[in-house]
Amino acid sequence: MTAFFQSLGLPYEWAWTVATLAGILIVSLLVMFSVAMVIYVDRKVLGAIMLRRGPNVVGPFGLLQSFADGLKVFLQETIIPSAANKGIFLIAPIITFTVALAAWAVIPFDAGVVISDINVGLLYILAISSMGVYGVVMSGWASNSKYPFFSAMRASAQMISYEVSIGFVLVCVVLFAGTFNLSGIVNAQQGFGLGLINAYAVHPLLFPMWVVFFISALAETARAPFDLTEAESELVAGYQTEYSSMSFALFWLGEYANILLMCSLNTLLFWGGWLPPLDIPVLYMVPGIIWFLVKTFVFFFMFSWIWATVPRYRYDQLMRLGWKVFLPMSLLFVAATSGYLMAIGHFA
Amino acid sequence: MTTVSHLIKSFTLWEFLKAHALTLKYFFKPKVTINYPFEKAPLSPRFRGEHALRRYPNGEERCIACKLCEAVCPAQAITIESEPREDGSRRTTRYDIDMTKCIFCGFCQEACPVDAIVEGPNFEYSTETREELLYDKAKLLANGDKWERAIAANLEADAPYR
Repeated sequence: MTAFFQSLGLPYEWAWTVATLAGILIVSLLVMFSVAMVIYVDRKVLGAIMLRRGPNVVGPFGLLQSFADGLKVFLQETIIPSAANKGIFLIAPIITFTVALAAWAVIPFDAGVVISDINVGLLYILAISSMGVYGVVMSGWASNSKYPFFSAMRASAQMISYEVSIGFVLVCVVLFAGTFNLSGIVNAQQGFGLGLINAYAVHPLLFPMWVVFFISALAETARAPFDLTEAESELVAGYQTEYSSMSFALFWLGEYANILLMCSLNTLLFWGGWLPPLDIPVLYMVPGIIWFLVKTFVFFFMFSWIWATVPRYRYDQLMRLGWKVFLPMSLLFVAATSGYLMAIGHFA
Repeated sequence: MTTVSHLIKSFTLWEFLKAHALTLKYFFKPKVTINYPFEKAPLSPRFRGEHALRRYPNGEERCIACKLCEAVCPAQAITIESEPREDGSRRTTRYDIDMTKCIFCGFCQEACPVDAIVEGPNFEYSTETREELLYDKAKLLANGDKWERAIAANLEADAPYR
């Protein structure tokens, strides 16, 4: 895109700036649009599994439901509790939303289609997703209300616990790929499985790690069955209880943007990103971005499917799974992976 | 041995996979929700919906102001005042039902000796203000005129069981 703006007569620096800003705008708008559509899909899938119809009134097949909800929320009044800490109360949803969008800067949608192709992309994502916990803690504390505070405590403990095992899982992937660059990781997956399958997850050492990553992603985004941060039956609505109007919508958008981010990370790290599933020339006729979107959507469907199936974990079960099952398991696999790669001379 | 099989089961997520197979089966099943404004569930002839005051076929109102419905109403939602009409017959001058108080028990229609007050099949009478739910005699008679055919058919269908 920089070249296009240069061809309009701008010097390189200005062309780069304009191109990057345009890229940011396009990606954020697309992410927000897909969040709206994905909320609709979520409700439809949940409804279908419960033998309901789901939203079907607004627009054809109810496709405009999310936009109608957005408009409704936008027109409502923002209520600030009188005992709340106003500044922090208002800035918390903004942090959640901004952080959720910022992580998309390094996600490659196709070969070369990425805002910032930095070499430490994976570290950047880890850092940004760790910052998401600030929005949660700040909202829970600033609400000055009992249940939001409980929920914020739970949420922060949960996110931090599962980031540990996610970190070790990512180490396994990085050991195989030899790079932190997300595009590099995708390219390393070409023909990985028997020279035919473009995916890391088919390797016996990496498939269990993918399962661990997927379940940790559920916990990291506070999705069912780990949604005990907003457990309706115990904590009203979790840390968002006191929020209304746009501040509530920002939490909602940020949450789903994070879920989409985790789905696309699943795609990029384990299932070959924009590459077709099989390394056959015919399949490369389909544009890479289509493969990327299809794979991400499949993962999102799995998220919804799990939401409709599995009951909520208890808090101690959640902690046990994170610290006493996933952490030792991923540590073991880091050791096994590095040993295996040394043995076959991968680093030579 | 049981520990080993338990370990294998939990690490292969066997029970989760079985549960997901089941929910996926339900995902493709036909949906049971009634598409409400366009499809409606069948109603029994005994359905107790919105109230109506009926008339005889010659246009004379049935209510004789005996006030049995007012007396039996457990929510005390009915208010009746009566006076003799010019021709000497006793008639209501006021017949109010507070629909916000009514519990739809159907005692009023059971108590009525002349089948004047009945609960019809209509349940779609939501209003935007509370005041619109304080029904007076004119509104109840209008309901009776509007729903007479359905009410008469329901009474006839239910008659053999009374």
